[in-house]
Amino acid sequence: MDMAELQGKVCSILAENLSVPEDQVTPASRFQEDLDADSLDLVEAVLALEEEFGVSIPEEEMEGVKTVGQAIQLVAEKLGVAA
Amino acid sequence: MPEERTVALVTGAAKGIGRASALALARAGFAVSVGYRSDADGAEEAVAKARAEGAEAIPVPMDVRDEASIEDAFGRTEAELGPVRVLVNNAGFTKDGLAIRYPMPTWDATLSTNLTGAFLCVRRALPAMLKARWGRIVNVASVAALMGNPGQAAYAASKAGMVGMTKSLAREVGGRGITVNAVCPGFVETAMTSGTPEDLKRRYLEMTPMRRFGTPEEIAAVIAFLARSEASYVNGAVIVVDGGLSA
Repeated sequence: MDMAELQGKVCSILAENLSVPEDQVTPASRFQEDLDADSLDLVEAVLALEEEFGVSIPEEEMEGVKTVGQAIQLVAEKLGVAA
Repeated sequence: MPEERTVALVTGAAKGIGRASALALARAGFAVSVGYRSDADGAEEAVAKARAEGAEAIPVPMDVRDEASIEDAFGRTEAELGPVRVLVNNAGFTKDGLAIRYPMPTWDATLSTNLTGAFLCVRRALPAMLKARWGRIVNVASVAALMGNPGQAAYAASKAGMVGMTKSLAREVGGRGITVNAVCPGFVETAMTSGTPEDLKRRYLEMTPMRRFGTPEEIAAVIAFLARSEASYVNGAVIVVDGGLSA
């Protein structure tokens, strides 16, 4: 999987989980301000990402994640997908 | 969400309030996972009775003090019955003793079974409930959480902890179709309370306006109600079922 494919997958999973149209979810989207996601929404989205990609994302690593791009980066690092 | 064939997991269901709850849920149409730690015979008996009610039921060994054991129990339930939609945190432990001489290992055992055990089960149950946008968590606390009793600092603390946990959880996940409630039984004659000193029992009886102890079935009826679809707007409630003991 390359970065573009990963980005597409993460965005579509997030869109589904946060119940927002897929075209609204871009790497620049901020979870709270742009996507109206509360903390539990975010946790649910992380659970979905963990399940989809078979990775484990501990709570500490989620703390600084404010944008979709940061979430994509986190998953990319776990999977060893280069930017 | 249809009530039929919804899966309920009850911890500590080999006897007492847990068993009565498993049977009440079976009668209400739930498939029941009968969690038990040591009493395999009791669990088998409960399963047989639930099946006699026409319900699907399985016994699952689980020690709520052990996260791996909780994982196994949920895994078996999911594999054999389906995802857990109703969790009844009933497994409980009590040992009375005055605070000043109370053994710390017993304090720890009380907290880890009654409070931490319930929390671990909640954590294991929540992801699937969130996904389904439907779930029922019933925490079996105690009137001891609300009124206190001499000799019960550990037990009361663990049960008051459950009440606090219940209210916070109700706020955390209420928006996702999941209700979290606590039931506070008064004095019910079960294996767990068989060690209660006679003089204390007499005192409870005198304080209880109904002048009798509760039966496991009388507690189970409320627990089963909270699990049902029709209880959908009851959330974060602490329901006392004590014959008026704390009135």
